[in-house]
Amino acid sequence: MEAQALHIPDNEQYRELKRFIDSNRDVPGPLIQVLHRAQKIFGYLPLEVQHFVARELNVSLSRVFGVVTFYNFFRMDPIGDHIVNMCLGTACHVKGASEIIKALEKELGIRVGGTTADRFYTLSTARCFGACGLAPVLMLDDEVHGRLNPQKAVQILRDMRTRAAEAARENAANEKEEK
Amino acid sequence: MSVFRTHVLLPVDEGTAQAGVFEIKRRLEKELDSRKLLGEVKVLESGSVGIVGKGVILAVYPDRVYYFNVRQEDVPRIVDEHLLKGRIAAGLDHAPIAAMEAEKSKVGLTREQRRVVLDKAWTVDPENIEETLAAGGYAGLEKLFAEKTAPEALIEEIKRSGLRGRGGAGFPTGMKWEFTRKAAGDEKFIICNADEGEPGTFKDRLILEGDPHRLIEAMTIAGYAIGAGRGYVYIRGEYQLSIERLRKAIAQARSYGLLGKNILESGFSFELEIKKGAGAYVCGEETALIESLEGKRGNPRIKPPYPVTHGLWQKPTAVNNVETLANVPAIVVRGADWFRGIGTDKCPGTKVFTILGHVVYPGLVETDMGTSLREIIFGYGGGIQGGKKFKAALLGGAAGVFLPEKLLDVRMDYESLKENKAVLGSGAVLVMDETTSIIDMLFSIAKFFAHESCGQCVPCRVGTRQILDIIYRIRRGRGREGDLESMLALAETMFRSSLCPLGQSLVMPVKSALENFKEEFALACGQAVKS
Repeated sequence: MEAQALHIPDNEQYRELKRFIDSNRDVPGPLIQVLHRAQKIFGYLPLEVQHFVARELNVSLSRVFGVVTFYNFFRMDPIGDHIVNMCLGTACHVKGASEIIKALEKELGIRVGGTTADRFYTLSTARCFGACGLAPVLMLDDEVHGRLNPQKAVQILRDMRTRAAEAARENAANEKEEK
Repeated sequence: MSVFRTHVLLPVDEGTAQAGVFEIKRRLEKELDSRKLLGEVKVLESGSVGIVGKGVILAVYPDRVYYFNVRQEDVPRIVDEHLLKGRIAAGLDHAPIAAMEAEKSKVGLTREQRRVVLDKAWTVDPENIEETLAAGGYAGLEKLFAEKTAPEALIEEIKRSGLRGRGGAGFPTGMKWEFTRKAAGDEKFIICNADEGEPGTFKDRLILEGDPHRLIEAMTIAGYAIGAGRGYVYIRGEYQLSIERLRKAIAQARSYGLLGKNILESGFSFELEIKKGAGAYVCGEETALIESLEGKRGNPRIKPPYPVTHGLWQKPTAVNNVETLANVPAIVVRGADWFRGIGTDKCPGTKVFTILGHVVYPGLVETDMGTSLREIIFGYGGGIQGGKKFKAALLGGAAGVFLPEKLLDVRMDYESLKENKAVLGSGAVLVMDETTSIIDMLFSIAKFFAHESCGQCVPCRVGTRQILDIIYRIRRGRGREGDLESMLALAETMFRSSLCPLGQSLVMPVKSALENFKEEFALACGQAVKS
């Protein structure tokens, strides 16, 4: 597929990315920083976005693809509203992280790397957060939860869903009132 | 700056944040406000104090009292009793703090520490440059320029101090700087490796979070020494708080003329930039880090040439670890002789250790190089949890070695550990009690290496996978005859033929596990053969 032949939609997301790229034109080696920004804007890096980045930076698509697939942080698939990131570093392992992962997989009905059908949770793993004093730990979005066991970990995910459901109900009720 | 009679420090790290330090802070400010004490008592967020598992910690200065496990309902009592009436609030979990001005400070772990790189990390507000300055920040830089020290003389002083790289390899820092300074080229770079990825290690994070100005000062000094006008901090993307604090610190330093053009009227200009990593263990290797900085896949380069002559954009580059750099300002201020007085003859100075696993007090400790492993685990770490017996310690993270009980008295410095076929690595000490399976631990490590191998060179790409397959078999009780021998042979081959330290270091955990815990492996394989 020719990068030039690809149709890139003209929307605010792409315009924002283009502005970022333009403001970094004189920075040497900007690819990784550009991809960081692109993933922030789009949530993930589909091929279309990679094409766009390649064309804008005048590098080959294979170069962009190579970088995207090399680093853990970049993802090519859409993710859920919330990311569950279980640490599998040695300190967490010795404190039973693998048992927790099994429990989470069972609870969510997905494997590591997967996203629940309702796009609520994505289950992911990391090498080490550097929060080893709290081992075993998981990160739910930006929040670290430590000293876990399988029950506690599952409960954290259930609580999040409960809170989300309550918030949704409240929103619905408020909207009704406004009407 | 206004004068407060009392300072209350609230160390912020992931542990205290989870225990609700920010809620406690809000409550504290509310209670102080209602008693009209806000003009007299200053509440500060500080870096981590290195104590883990004690909930929210609250330190009162100048009274030097700690409160542990502080809950919302304790706050009014601390305010009324301690901050208003000036007496320790009875019935709460508290302890005295030893003199913070002294080098040795007691911080809740069971023994005294000596803090050099972390001396300010929990006593100043890391987001306020004035506090850092008042506590002696940037004194090294000032001294350097006030005395008009030549770069060559500075390098000589660092060489004489005996400072060695704290990232794991232990290379003499002064020599690295000298090579870079003498390398041909008009443009040079200093890079700080803050891609702390060794499992079980978080020392650099605490330095960055607790005292970001120290790193800025150190990198400026290093830039001056090697003749670099630009520095990069390559930092783990996961270290959000570190990135945020360093960013603020850089902006503050710039506005105070401590960074940027013509620093302190010296004629020396230096710029510092933060580059966020994207999660790849191999990028901790310096040439892979440089590739990544250039916006490419983090594949290590073939050495030589070394970065000191052909680094970032093929220009002479010095790459130093956070902890290494953090020592530099103190050496400049207090001199090489003072530094040589700490630690051992061949490895002067202190080392930050992270103590983890089955110990009573997991956490971080800075103490003299050459302290025995037993002292670290049973002194600072408080011994084994739950009255169980010690089985093994994994030193230096995943690329480390398993040490058995008979080596507990080994001294923790580069030379002594080398004599015992061990490594200091990043300073991670993962303690395992008698219930731990070494086979399972080795499996976890092999899995980590197989995942993080960058795939560029065959010995590492294929070798990590093969070793993982074998240990997987053994773990499931299906070990075959000759498995242990071939695992060792594979690891040795990888050591000899891999391109970078990642592939070269799997031999360490494999060999040390097989040598020191032979029976466990033999039993696992033997049983499988019989059944």
